[in-house]
Amino acid sequence: MNTTATASLAPAPQRGVLKRFLRIFASQEAVLLLALVALFVIVGSINPRFVAERNLYSIFLGNAYIAVAAIGMSMVIISGNIDISVGSLIGVLATISGSMAVAGYPLVLCWLVPVLAGVLISSFTGYIVAYLKIPSIVVSLGMLSILKGGLIAVTSGEWITDLPKGYALAQLKPFGVPLPIYFMIVLTLLAALWMRYSNTGRAIYAVGGNAEAARLSGISKQRTIMKVFAIHGGFTGIAAVLFATQLSVIQSTVPPNLELTIITASVVGGVSILGGTGTVIGSTLAAVLLAAIGSSLIFVSVSPYWLRSVQGVLILLTVLADLFRRKRQRKQG
Amino acid sequence: MSRVAPGVANSPSMLSSLRRLVLSHEGVLLIILIVSLLLLATQTDRFLTTDNLLNQCRLMAEVGLVALPMTYIIITGGIDLSVGSILGLCAIVLGVAWKNYGLPLEFAIVLCLFTGAAAGAVNGYFITRIGVPPLIMTLATLALYRGFAEGVSQSRSVRGYPEWFYRFGQGELFGIPTQLWFLIAGLLITAFVLSRTVFGRALYAIGHNETGARFAGLAVDRYKMLIYTLSGFMAGLAAFVFVSRVSTTRSDMGTGLELDVIAAVVLGGTSIFGGTGTIIGTALGVVLIQLLKNGLALTGVKGDATIMVIGVVLICSILITNFARSRQATGKAANSDE
Repeated sequence: MNTTATASLAPAPQRGVLKRFLRIFASQEAVLLLALVALFVIVGSINPRFVAERNLYSIFLGNAYIAVAAIGMSMVIISGNIDISVGSLIGVLATISGSMAVAGYPLVLCWLVPVLAGVLISSFTGYIVAYLKIPSIVVSLGMLSILKGGLIAVTSGEWITDLPKGYALAQLKPFGVPLPIYFMIVLTLLAALWMRYSNTGRAIYAVGGNAEAARLSGISKQRTIMKVFAIHGGFTGIAAVLFATQLSVIQSTVPPNLELTIITASVVGGVSILGGTGTVIGSTLAAVLLAAIGSSLIFVSVSPYWLRSVQGVLILLTVLADLFRRKRQRKQG
Repeated sequence: MSRVAPGVANSPSMLSSLRRLVLSHEGVLLIILIVSLLLLATQTDRFLTTDNLLNQCRLMAEVGLVALPMTYIIITGGIDLSVGSILGLCAIVLGVAWKNYGLPLEFAIVLCLFTGAAAGAVNGYFITRIGVPPLIMTLATLALYRGFAEGVSQSRSVRGYPEWFYRFGQGELFGIPTQLWFLIAGLLITAFVLSRTVFGRALYAIGHNETGARFAGLAVDRYKMLIYTLSGFMAGLAAFVFVSRVSTTRSDMGTGLELDVIAAVVLGGTSIFGGTGTIIGTALGVVLIQLLKNGLALTGVKGDATIMVIGVVLICSILITNFARSRQATGKAANSDE
């Protein structure tokens, strides 16, 4: 009796390990990581210069700010909202940072004030969404116009030059690695741990997954959404400082459709647009993957004008794979 | 208590229907529109002139054409972010088919419209058959179609169209800009279809409760397929008008159009959650945005800075309507308590 019980129990953990291994293997993060490795191996074997240190750094350096902004965006989307004003907000905050630096304020302030301003502006958006109950897509659409128009009105589209020495935070290279890469990795890990283990982090998933159930278990939807937008503003502020300090000029026109690039990183990273699922590790991997694909096109001598098509196909594939996976899960369960 | 209730009930029905009209979103918009017209007219004498107003109609035609089917889509609870990219793709198809492949321009125009409809149908197919959420599907095709436009054209522009082609974007018919006739025709047809046909009522039903609509026997998937295809087609038509108006084809045409269009539709009172909205509201939204942009530009606000006002008006108009509705609702609740 005793022996049979242990005998029949014995294979169970093994199957569990296998299952867990398969589950990890089938997760969005693992797929992205594999795709990233495959891309580096394949393109690297076609053109070794693709995996040269300099090119790797340039891939990360130019896009770390997108990954950082995508962390906040992922939180917003997981909570069941969206923010399409993020591109304009990065432009505004970068201009604030640059103008302060040119005006001669202490550099630390030039780096910190945009982050605080980001929290403030984004909290305002969050307030309208959470307490005045206007859908976030509409509010952020309005904020997009206000921020973009305001930026043009103030700067008249001129670039900020003559930035003081030492301002270029993103060009620092502690231990030979560009600083934005540290930012990207550390912030992603912190955010991932926070989302997984803190009360607020779990509340974000709860509100996005099932707002009514969250309310019944005593989670305030309004306060959670306010917090999400405030944190998102903080990440946007850091992204803006990285963006502002990566070159020696600050363009008041941010890359067009920057908000869509950031949302794409979140979605390809496995954050469901319906809320409730996804991780920030996925969104960072996706941001790196998107940047690497963009860079790889040049190395396999495909016209970079096809880049956007590749991105589009990538979003579609991700979503289709996700739908397929869910259908199979439902069949199994 | 009972003294108040009859007073409310006895008040002439005209007054209450007037109040309802003013409190309706279209009413609020109309008031904002008239006030801003008057305000802008006092600021500059170049604003309230026939020439200027007709010229503004020219400029708002593209946004207007695309906003009509977008109203349908948002009423069903969907969204189409890819319209700007479809416009770019259609413009490139028009230019490349004519210039590089030597097709007759008339045929290239038809091809441009067809491309639009096909691009919209692809959206519709994935949304209805495979079940991809509209926001993601059209986000993907926003990148995809723009990528096609850039890839096919290698970002080179096409110029030098024959003279007759410019009539559609720069010419006049009976003293009114040609594209305005397109817009008016589209407006009347879509407004009629939405409010007076089974098709239109079905769109509201889908937006209110899609499962309910399915159980009621409505061909939900076919309706959705139709409106996304229509949206693509209208973006193609807008591309044709746009190319004719600016005399050139570029792959970045229509960038950001989706936001202008959605802003106009939402400003016009269509709920982003679906189920409510009118074509008249959308038309008011389109006109209001264009007039504010133009009026501010004339009073000396620099170029694109005028979009700032769109954001303010968008958020405020929805706040006002929400506020009015919630007051109405609490008023009703108080009455029914008695």
